[in-house]
Amino acid sequence: MLSELYQEVILDHGKKPRNFGELASATHQAEGYNTLCGDRVIVQVEMDGETVRNIQFVGAGCAICMASTSMMTSFVKGKSINEIECVFEVFHSAVTGGEADMEPLGDLEALVGVKQYPNRIKCATLGWHALSSAFKSPILEEK
Amino acid sequence: MGSKIDVRAEFPILNQSINGKPLVYLDSAASTQRPNTVLAAMDRFSKTSNANVHRGVHTLSQRATDEFEAARVTVQKFVGADDPAEIIWTKGCTESLNLVAASWGGANLQSGDEILLTNMEHHANIVPWQLIAEKAGAVVRPIPISDDCVVDLQAFRKMVNNRTKVVGIKHVCNATGVVNPVCEMAEIAKSVGAIVVADGAQALAHVPVNVKEFGVDFYAMSSHKVYGPMGVGALYGRRELLEAMPPFMGGGDMIRSVSFGKTTFNEIPNKFEPGTPNVSGVIGFAAALDWYQSVGKEEIWAYENELAQALRNALDQMPGVRTIGKCENQAPVVSFVMDDAHPHDVGTILDSHGVAIRTGHHCCMPLMERLGIPGTSRASFAVYNTNQEINVLIEALKNVVDIFSKC
Repeated sequence: MLSELYQEVILDHGKKPRNFGELASATHQAEGYNTLCGDRVIVQVEMDGETVRNIQFVGAGCAICMASTSMMTSFVKGKSINEIECVFEVFHSAVTGGEADMEPLGDLEALVGVKQYPNRIKCATLGWHALSSAFKSPILEEK
Repeated sequence: MGSKIDVRAEFPILNQSINGKPLVYLDSAASTQRPNTVLAAMDRFSKTSNANVHRGVHTLSQRATDEFEAARVTVQKFVGADDPAEIIWTKGCTESLNLVAASWGGANLQSGDEILLTNMEHHANIVPWQLIAEKAGAVVRPIPISDDCVVDLQAFRKMVNNRTKVVGIKHVCNATGVVNPVCEMAEIAKSVGAIVVADGAQALAHVPVNVKEFGVDFYAMSSHKVYGPMGVGALYGRRELLEAMPPFMGGGDMIRSVSFGKTTFNEIPNKFEPGTPNVSGVIGFAAALDWYQSVGKEEIWAYENELAQALRNALDQMPGVRTIGKCENQAPVVSFVMDDAHPHDVGTILDSHGVAIRTGHHCCMPLMERLGIPGTSRASFAVYNTNQEINVLIEALKNVVDIFSKC
């Protein structure tokens, strides 16, 4: 069971998160914070209309949180808000143990093992929740 | 191991498997388990003496009241207070500390007054003060600590002044096991006339407690940290202070007379105990203190400190592992961080080995921020732990290292 949770792809993303660091061209951003364990990620997105042109994140957290956020950033680049929200719905259902068609998840399926660990589900969804909030949080230009 | 105490069979909960492995319970700083004696005392009360206290003239009510008040004397003697009326029953440390902040703080704090709290305080000894400070216009300031989580007494001496009204001290740090110099700190606080509010949550089970010798004004206690039930605890308060303080909550049993024109309040401790209390919890709390003393406090401390020291030594041998907090006569709480593994991941992997530890900020976010870490993994000991369990923990930690060195 533990090997389902800590798969190589997750450990790899956890240790070497992709798209990590500030995004200078960001138009939107939001923070995800898990008060229970202190995991914190800030997701920064450069939007081109309804499409994610670029995305990066900063923060610190457990391997599951860092890996999930890293994999999410790779996954959503170039996709529209609609597509992303649909996949998040499937992902959320899969990691919370609901019925889900894994096909649209691609690599993200590796994270589904988290459903065996109810108190770790939040770790896997934190980055996604931050992204959802970011879509609604444009960065206001300072005057 | 030099010391030997075998009480494990008295704790039925420990005899079970978790994830297919024998339970290794190393989370007693969060909550201790309860021996049969405590479970039986509560059960016996429910079966033979259960009735409301301080109310009826019937025999059962008198019996319940007698047991309830006898328990108060047990706690009074345990902490070395002069008078059982100085012991107020509460839900636990959190309520005890809120009572002091709201009641004493509400009546005494004024604009510009200072509340000094050690940088390692539990949120329960920070937030109540912030709430009352905001109302009163008072200021909450942290007392600096070292990288080893030891209070900087010199800095503290310089901080106190005639505006200092409250000094809050966690007697034993739940996150690191560091024991604070309560006596010295109380003396410094007294030199400017401040009251001293000590949080004894982690202390009761692991170090000597004597409120008179410490010179503290208030001392907060939780039963479930010392082999008793959850949801019950006590506050020691110095008589003159308690008598001058307004009630914390209103209700039955805390009044002398009530009319819509005027209500007069009862004497201490009843003034602070409105409503029907958790009587069986109180009985369990006292039974836990009795049990603890009958096994022998000093024998228990020697035994569990040996276990904790054995674990610290073993962790020092592990590359990439660093223990957090260090002092003389440290309590048996071992907090550590691992280079490659986040505490949350450590906790999950250990659980798969049947090992229960606490991971995270331990309700001490200002301490974690001060130490520059997101959280720690914490193994904490009680009298029922064994040397063998340390071996299981170490093997499980090796598994953590294996998993995270894969890539």
